[in-house]
Order: sequence, then structure tokens, then C-alpha cells
Amino acid sequence: MTDETKAPASTERPSRPYGERSGGGDRPRFGGGGGGGRSGPGGPPREGGRKFFRRKKVCKFCTEKIADINYKDYRLLGQFVAESGKIVPRRLTGVCSPHQHRLATAIKQARNIALLPFAGRAS
Amino acid sequence: MNRTYELMFIVRPDMADEDLDKLVAHLETTVTSAAGTVKNIDRMGKRRLAYMVRKFREGIYILMTIEGTGTVIHELERRLRVTEQVIKFLTVRIDEEQKRLDKIKALRDSKKKVSAQPAAVVEEAPAVAETPAADVPAAI
Repeated sequence: MTDETKAPASTERPSRPYGERSGGGDRPRFGGGGGGGRSGPGGPPREGGRKFFRRKKVCKFCTEKIADINYKDYRLLGQFVAESGKIVPRRLTGVCSPHQHRLATAIKQARNIALLPFAGRAS
Repeated sequence: MNRTYELMFIVRPDMADEDLDKLVAHLETTVTSAAGTVKNIDRMGKRRLAYMVRKFREGIYILMTIEGTGTVIHELERRLRVTEQVIKFLTVRIDEEQKRLDKIKALRDSKKKVSAQPAAVVEEAPAVAETPAADVPAAI
């Protein structure tokens, strides 16, 4: 984490494959990786570097109080699956650890019953 | 030790309705004969599969909620594996998850009750204050 914050270019890179997808309008916007700039996420823009505001990421399940992460709810799970079919890491989505754990289990179950693809887009 | 399970299975898309009814009824008798109970059967209908399964691109999804022991599930899964029309199935134990959800729900309800009472008082207060204010212009 600390290494990422030192180099601004490297913090931006992981966001690109996930952040700019076309499918699904209601996907949460995934900001850059890491813990934001030196001034901290949500803080004033640091001097010298790029001046852009990075919103602090919050867990979708905590804020919307979604208690049940079910494998049948493939639309919800689809928001946390990249175009390639991968589970999006929580450093990009902002999902908290206990929810990410349950999310991963649900996605794997959904894959098993052909609700979500193992790889690639849903045919 | 009775447990609640959720059994989701996919049958081939070209299966006739009568055959499907027969299959579901057959599975039901399998469950009941093994001292289990079928609580719910939900036919979710035809859906496109996320990937090809046995050269099919779509399938008919059926969801069963079953209460019983592990032996019920064992027998049921064996039968599903043998049945040619069933192309995929998944069994998930849901009772513990349900217990957790009920706990959260109870917790939220209790919190709501506590927060609802002061909110009701606050709501009443402006309503009382408003009525004289509304009367004044009417009186004038």
C-alpha cells in the first residue's frame, strides 16, 4: 500500500480495466487503487501532483444494508465481476472484508449453476 | 438432525412440461420416502446459461427448498446425477444463513423501535405548533 502511494502513476493503473467498463449502468464507480494521495482520501488536493478529488470508497453492502448476499441474485453479483469474469478485488470496489468473503462464496456458487460465467462475458 | 437445503437444478430446455412435472413429482416422492419434506418448489423458467453446459446454451431452472437430513440430499443428488435430463444441480445448506439473517433482522427491528419513538414525538410537536399558526390567519 505504501509503495503504491509513493508513485502516483501506479495507483491509477489498476483502476483502468475495471473502472471503464461499458456494460451495466448501475455498477459502482471504482476509483483508483490504494489509499489515495499523501493528503489522504477526501482531503485537499496535494501540491505539485495531479489535482483530482478521490472519493473515499465505501462498502455497498454496509451502506445499503444488504444483509443477504445470495448466489441467486446474479444481477447484484454481476456488479462485482469484471468483464473477464474475475471477482473484482476489494481494493477496487471498497467492499469490506466480511462482505467480500460472502460475496466471493456467492459468486462461486453462481458460477457453478451457470448464472455467472467462469471466464468471459455471459453468453 | 434436520437441516434446510436449497436445491437448484437445470434441466434441458427442450424438455416437455409434462415430463418436467413427472420429474419434479418423482423427486418429491424421493424426498418424502427418505423422511424429508419439500417446503417449496419454484420454477424459475427458461434462462440463458452463462456458459455452455452439455452443448446447451439455455436451460430450465428449478429451485426446491427441502428439509431433512444429509441422507435425503445424498439420495436426491444420486438420482439427479443419473437422470439424463438434468444438466446441472447445486445444493446449498441455508438454515445457518437464515438464522444469521433472522438475527440481523431482529436486531434492526429492535433498533427501529427505539429510534421510531423519538421520531414520532418530534413529528407530533410541529403538528401541534402548526395548528394554531394555521388558525391565526383564518381568525383574522
